[in-house]
Amino acid sequence: MSRYIAKRAIRGANALTIEAELMLQKALAEKGPDTPVSFPNTAYYLPVIYGMTGLEVTTLGQLKDVLQHARSLLHPIPADRHWTPYLGETLDSGMAALLAAEVIEAIRFVYGLQPEPLPGFKLAGGTAFTSPDNGHSGNGDGHLNGPIDDIQLRSWGIQLVDGRMPGFAAIVGAAKSNEVAVKIVRELQQRNILIFLSGNVNGRSIIHQLQEEGVEMGYDTYIVPFGTDTISAIYALGFATRSALTFGGLKGGQARDILLYNKERVFAFVLALGEVDDLKYAAAAGAINFGFPVVADTVIPQILPTGIATYEHVISMPWNEIPGKDDMEKAERLVQKCIEVRGVKVKIARVPVPVPYGSAFEGEVVRRADMRIEFGGKYSRAFEYLRMVEMDEVEDGKIEVIGPGFDDIEVGGHMDLGILIEVAGRKMQLDFEPVLERQVHYFINGASGVQHIGQRDIAWIRISKAAAEKGFNLHHLGDILHARFHADFGAIVDKVQVKIITDPALHAEWLAKAREAYDFRNRRLADLTDDKVDEFYSCTLCQSFAPDHVCIVSPERLGLCGAYNWLDCKASYQINPTGPNQPIPKGRVIDENKGYWEGTNSYAKQGSHGSVEEVSMYSIMENPMTACGCFECIVMVIPEANGVMVVSREDSSMTPAGMTFSTLAGIAGGGLQTPGVMGVGKYYLTSPKFISADGGFKRVVWMSSILKKTMAEELKAVAEREGDPDLIDKIADETICTDVDGLLAWMEQVGHPALAMDPMF
Amino acid sequence: MAKKKRTPQEYSADPAAQEMLILAEELGVGTAFHRADEMPPCNIGSAGMCCKNCGMGPCRLTKDGLTGVCGATIDTIQARNLTRAIAAGSAAHSDHGRDMAFTLKAVANGQAEGYVIRDVAKLRTVAAKYGIPIEGRAPEEIANDLADLYIAQFGQQNGKIAPIIRAPKKRQQLWEEQGVIPRGIDREVVEALHRTHIGDDQDPEHILQHAVRTALADGWGGSMIATDISDILFGTPAPILGQANLGVLREDMVNVVVHGHEPTLSEMIVAASQDPEIIAYAQAAGAKGVNLSGICCTANEILMRQGIPAAGNFLQQELAILTGAVEAMVVDVQCIMQALVGIAQNFHTKIITTSPKVRIKGALHIEFDEHKALTVAKEILRHAIDNFKNRGQTRIPDIREKLVPGFSHEYINYMLGGSYRGSFRPLNDAIMAGRIRGVAAIVGCNNPRSQQDYLHTYVAQELLKQDVLLVETGCGAIASAKLGLLLAEAGLEKVGPGLREVCETVGIPPVLHMGSCVDNTRILTVLTQMVEEGGLGDDIDQIPAVGLAPEWMSEKALSIGVYCMASGAYVIFGGTSPVSGMPDKVSDSDLVSRLMSEGWEKIYGGKMEFVPDPDEMIRRTLAHIDKKREALKLPPYDPSRFGKSGDSRVLELEALPLAERQAALYGMSV
Repeated sequence: MSRYIAKRAIRGANALTIEAELMLQKALAEKGPDTPVSFPNTAYYLPVIYGMTGLEVTTLGQLKDVLQHARSLLHPIPADRHWTPYLGETLDSGMAALLAAEVIEAIRFVYGLQPEPLPGFKLAGGTAFTSPDNGHSGNGDGHLNGPIDDIQLRSWGIQLVDGRMPGFAAIVGAAKSNEVAVKIVRELQQRNILIFLSGNVNGRSIIHQLQEEGVEMGYDTYIVPFGTDTISAIYALGFATRSALTFGGLKGGQARDILLYNKERVFAFVLALGEVDDLKYAAAAGAINFGFPVVADTVIPQILPTGIATYEHVISMPWNEIPGKDDMEKAERLVQKCIEVRGVKVKIARVPVPVPYGSAFEGEVVRRADMRIEFGGKYSRAFEYLRMVEMDEVEDGKIEVIGPGFDDIEVGGHMDLGILIEVAGRKMQLDFEPVLERQVHYFINGASGVQHIGQRDIAWIRISKAAAEKGFNLHHLGDILHARFHADFGAIVDKVQVKIITDPALHAEWLAKAREAYDFRNRRLADLTDDKVDEFYSCTLCQSFAPDHVCIVSPERLGLCGAYNWLDCKASYQINPTGPNQPIPKGRVIDENKGYWEGTNSYAKQGSHGSVEEVSMYSIMENPMTACGCFECIVMVIPEANGVMVVSREDSSMTPAGMTFSTLAGIAGGGLQTPGVMGVGKYYLTSPKFISADGGFKRVVWMSSILKKTMAEELKAVAEREGDPDLIDKIADETICTDVDGLLAWMEQVGHPALAMDPMF
Repeated sequence: MAKKKRTPQEYSADPAAQEMLILAEELGVGTAFHRADEMPPCNIGSAGMCCKNCGMGPCRLTKDGLTGVCGATIDTIQARNLTRAIAAGSAAHSDHGRDMAFTLKAVANGQAEGYVIRDVAKLRTVAAKYGIPIEGRAPEEIANDLADLYIAQFGQQNGKIAPIIRAPKKRQQLWEEQGVIPRGIDREVVEALHRTHIGDDQDPEHILQHAVRTALADGWGGSMIATDISDILFGTPAPILGQANLGVLREDMVNVVVHGHEPTLSEMIVAASQDPEIIAYAQAAGAKGVNLSGICCTANEILMRQGIPAAGNFLQQELAILTGAVEAMVVDVQCIMQALVGIAQNFHTKIITTSPKVRIKGALHIEFDEHKALTVAKEILRHAIDNFKNRGQTRIPDIREKLVPGFSHEYINYMLGGSYRGSFRPLNDAIMAGRIRGVAAIVGCNNPRSQQDYLHTYVAQELLKQDVLLVETGCGAIASAKLGLLLAEAGLEKVGPGLREVCETVGIPPVLHMGSCVDNTRILTVLTQMVEEGGLGDDIDQIPAVGLAPEWMSEKALSIGVYCMASGAYVIFGGTSPVSGMPDKVSDSDLVSRLMSEGWEKIYGGKMEFVPDPDEMIRRTLAHIDKKREALKLPPYDPSRFGKSGDSRVLELEALPLAERQAALYGMSV
């Protein structure tokens, strides 16, 4: 701190605490102490309060204890002369401000004032299943996001842990101009940095600025508008706290560990745009406790010594003094500085296209009205096919568009498209073809204004009018793929050439060849079983976040995040032989049925640093595999039903276990071995080895309907394999029952096979 | 040495002291300064070349090849003399620790009037270090066990004294290998006396090895125990605004000066002085109340905990009486000049001895007993108040300075991160980056043979300009306080650019007052925590740090120097060396000096040297710091890289009229 900051932060913290006390008094009088308080869809109560104090706040009355604690952390403002030290005191006061801010937001939820209403505002839709406009609050548009829920946190989990999403930027205030606001968020998006927005300067927030400029905000674009006041910045720290609880295996009340976890592992920073007032100083002091530095675009005191944060604590980059020929360059430099101060590791592949490019744009939706052209979908056919060829058959960097471009197609029209990628490399293997081909989805989606859905011959690509106006054409699809395959898979592929095929005859010819290949791969995959390979793979990608967790990935059991199967791991090992995916020789079989090998056991012990002794590959009942926090589903034994339920992370409803996904996740995650509970990837459900030691898929008695819906075909095949074609219909879901009694009644009614199976215990 | 009388300005760098010394001359009253002029030190004794350990001597070894009557060589004699001094120093500190332990025991058993356990958290932390159960137990039960454990350290005969486990692992291992881990505190002192008796240990290296063990029994034993218990009973210090120098004495109040070393009585006098009954009694006597102040380490104890002003350091004990405004000077143990009684006879001041161990002929003795401490404290104050009416003309110098003391290692940990993130990381980071070049501890006494406070403050100010963070204790800390170096403002004005950034970030003075001389163990704890935090090596001797005692005079200082050395520090003493010998006249008479320097450095990584010239002290300090930085592969010290933090720019901005301020917010256009 400096004395100036100490003064203002402590003053802000005192004011905020008093405000919270007054609000609480009023709320207690009006609503009563037993009124429930909560943030939507989180198992972590009021997360900062829970993390820092261990208090599991569920009612208004409990907030009194929180504020009492906050008050004990407040200090007097340092004297003008002969002052006593203030750094520790300011950090404590900052923490008090955070606790008070969370109390205030909780009370606002009680009054229905959160998420903050903002007329005319619309959150970006698409895949966001928990954005308030996509379900739960039910009132559609017209308000900001409010706190991020557990589901979204987990779905970002794998990207946060594997470094694709290097961290988050908490932007507070308003930029110098709308143009600058857009540039700053674009710069951050290009680096795949999550952007949290809050605060205002004289009533004007960066949220207003982006809204006016038509920037899509929502989970899908990595831009999350929390609220237009500074208090809503607490949601950023709630997110940070929950990262530690979710992925770090920490418990509520382990404040110091949670804060240190964030300092070491969560690359976040605060970007204060515009004048900084007392409250912002107070919130910044709170954020510094997390090791998050503050960068401002105005004149404020700099705090350059390090220690609470890894690098400098407070940096002032007065806008007019940032070198640069125009505001755009200045914005770029400002973002650069933020990244430097936090030590954020950003990997970006320079992709030569005329539109912004980065993972943050992966979720962007191109609506029909904004669409220049589409390939695939209802009216046309698009496919993508990556094949390995001999070295001399590839001319690296050659990109051909064979057939007409889309210039002559009317706006909003469609055409057929084939993307043929030919790669060669000394380390390339036939098995890696699908691994690489699956990347096409992510690579193409990274371009702003380009949307990619599906894969293989059900690919569906849209190009927006805006992108087309900027000059984006078919050739650029090839440019993207060439650049990204080299950047991400350079260890495997030496040469890449791309053919974009629109010529009808050639399209038909290659589509047929592609289908042959898909077919071949399907058969190969069906053939690839655990007993046919000598080694499994470890996956310790999450260890930067969940230090004691290890995944063991086998051909019939993919990683619990759903992102890495055995082939992916094998390819990843080729790319980086000392990386997170290492071969595990199975070694001597100990128990084939439960899935114990000497090699897997000894690896589990070593990889978990001794916290796990043994791991069974095929059982949920005995030494089940641990999980970090990024699992797609949770499988949990329902003893009364003699079976298991499967809850999707996209399902926020109650389950027969009496807990929602969020609460269950606390039991399943953090690298802990809990018999009867497992976090898994959803495609593991379809594996013949799915809890095969405990009876296999027939044990599934309840399943989130979203799984039934989205995996209908795959599950149907499983039911047939299990010899009970109607099995899926016999599995209950949340529309049928959400308690054990209801479940048992349903099972009786449909004659679920689990009832007749051997007891699980 | 010729009898050359010095001027008051030559006696002291402190203007308040100078004023009193001028007065002393006017009144024809002698002080330690004058006596130092009149009493040239014995040059043979001061060089460590005289042995008077038996009736065959004293033997003065002033010529090449001479031995004592028993055949003792000069190096044996020097080692023995030094070891005896260290034994006395270790004994003094440790006996203080013992009394604290007995007080804790009495408090735990409800037998100590007026005392409570003020810092239960520290009690639990300390007890837990030794495996004393703490969960679900009353503080008194824990305190009783801890008191028993601590009392047992003094009489323990075998094994290791308990607090040793608080040193860095690697250091403990080294001590183990060297055979210098104290077995019991008293045992080492007794053995030191035994070994140095006529006809015992006569291998200087072997004698010095035991000197190390005896000193460690102080630093990691008696002194550490004393500090722990003082904090538990009277509260762990945290920053507090206080003031120092003779100007803290008041014309309108009964002035009681507490002087000596132990906080037990003085804390109780603090309590008694605020008692309404006593205040009323003082008012009845025509005073506004009782104004308490301290001298020497008693001052430090109550200054850092209660904010009670310090009237001065060691050499100001006589000068305080010269003001004519002191009704009573209450003394306990250590560093109390017998001359006080004589000088007090010129004024109305009563000298009151209180320790059963210390009586001075001509002084009033009111024996302190911790079982009825408050009663005794009130009795003492009544004597003082009764004496107010006898006050004659007063001459209180109008000189005092504010200071912020109270930097216990617990608070340092807190101040660097607050309740949630407290750690030594920011300190280590600052050293690693080079904002702080290194750390120096400036401790120890005053010595009337040099200019009072000059060496302390000259060295301190020069090191601050070189971005060396200072920690101070004892009389050295009071010297810096008088100059305003213990104020946060000094951290902005009197330091190099890197240290300034750190001071401004944390809000600290550049000189951290860590307590009394017994509290030098706090420095050991800080160094240990710096090692544990990581980045500065795995043992204390790798930290870029130096210990200095520029104006040392007591045997305790020698003990402190040696335990710091054995803990890995480079220790520089000013003044004269008790083992200097006369190498120009008697060959090998500097053998022990060399053993303490190069010899110890090879074994302990620390060394102890005597350097009279302050510029040479500074040079060696910086050279050592830079050497340690280089060994740690830290960037070389380069102040030009730092100094861009701080408030100055925003304060300029705030001074602008509102309209301009809005425009200037985004900086100057470039």
